[in-house]
Amino acid sequence: MKSLNFRHSELSIANEQIKILNKFSDRSFNSQLNKSGIEKLVSRKVEIFQINLGKMCNQTCKHCHVDAGPDRKEIMTRDTMQLCLEKLSGTDIPAVDLTGGAPELNPDFRWFIVELKKMNRHIMVRCNLTIILSNPKFNDLPEFFAENNIEVVSSLPYYQKTNTDRQRGEGVFDKSIKALQMLNEIGYGKNGSGLILNLVYNPAGAFLPAPQHSLETDFKKELLDKFGIVFNNLYTITNMPVSRFLEYLIDSGNYEYYMEKLINSFNAAAAKNVMCTNTISIGWDGYLYDCDFNQMLEMKVLNNEKAHINNFDLTYLDTREIITGQHCFGCTAGAGSSCGGATS
Amino acid sequence: MESYFKPEDLSKFPNVSEFGEDLAKKFFDYYGAVFAEGALTSREKSLIALAVSHTVQCPYCIDAYSHDALEKGCSEEQMMEAVHVATAIRGGASLVHGVQMMNHVKKVSM
Repeated sequence: MKSLNFRHSELSIANEQIKILNKFSDRSFNSQLNKSGIEKLVSRKVEIFQINLGKMCNQTCKHCHVDAGPDRKEIMTRDTMQLCLEKLSGTDIPAVDLTGGAPELNPDFRWFIVELKKMNRHIMVRCNLTIILSNPKFNDLPEFFAENNIEVVSSLPYYQKTNTDRQRGEGVFDKSIKALQMLNEIGYGKNGSGLILNLVYNPAGAFLPAPQHSLETDFKKELLDKFGIVFNNLYTITNMPVSRFLEYLIDSGNYEYYMEKLINSFNAAAAKNVMCTNTISIGWDGYLYDCDFNQMLEMKVLNNEKAHINNFDLTYLDTREIITGQHCFGCTAGAGSSCGGATS
Repeated sequence: MESYFKPEDLSKFPNVSEFGEDLAKKFFDYYGAVFAEGALTSREKSLIALAVSHTVQCPYCIDAYSHDALEKGCSEEQMMEAVHVATAIRGGASLVHGVQMMNHVKKVSM
């Protein structure tokens, strides 16, 4: 499978995606917010500095909202990383969340982590697991993560092979299991080790996630019984109607059904805790967004003059108004969804 | 093409209140209470509903509870096992009457 970008698909253009999303319903996200007594979404305070280190990935998952893959060449430069470090150092933002693509494919990934550690921040890496086995030079990633006390957050759509491989590619489940065992071997996910290993569940299709707590119980039992694997928490994340998941929805005839489902499952309690209210998302090229999904739809933060890491202004970002769209229904459906799982 | 069963009608289920509000309200309140977490988990109830849907062969129910079971975190194997439970009971219900057949045959035979 190639990325939408490689295939020159219409859906690789952010505006085309937005047009499709806007055409669907006369029930806008903002009107739904207003009905729930929320005038607009506003940042409470930036607590997570989320950085996309590039769109290159060793996998091409069917649901990827980044449209990442081996054929994507966009990658954050060391200069932009340096800028991120400089701006972050002038703040008290406690957590840094590194994502991609596969962030480890950025040639300056390890340098960046070492520099971030000097600032004494909590660092999370969204590791797709298979990267660890993709090349001998990545085999020591578990040790590197442990040395730097990185929180590892890894996608595993299900505790069974068929559903996982259907979403993430043939052979991904077996490699993911092997990588999890390698992480466990050095203490990740084990009580008392201090090394945190969290898993992420995405539905393998056009439906909402199961309740986070009950699914976590299943994952823990199945992975322990069958593979001897332990981990800390399971985060359930709703698939967003963006990029390749949007393509899947349209091609499979599920688009209208899924959007209707998201809209009808709007949950005001989840809306109050969406991740954009405590996160700033930084693109590979240094532009600033309210969240990773807005980033992929190229919807920069509202104030254009402050929409690049060059002009990072935390006073503005801490209280900024969030830009919303129809895709936001993905974060407010059911129990809610964020990079840290359910929000209500 | 005309069809008795239209998938889009499933979402119109609440519209039955149009022709009788009081009874519809009572039914939907009861329905909601039945499927709430109780002595059985909502996931167990979803699998029972999936099995019963196949027994009563209701296309709306099959669509609804296939989807619901996925959203309760059920695996495809669990869902298929539930369908086999329904099948076994339906098949067994026929087969157990074989005893009645045998009784009759033995009664009238030398």
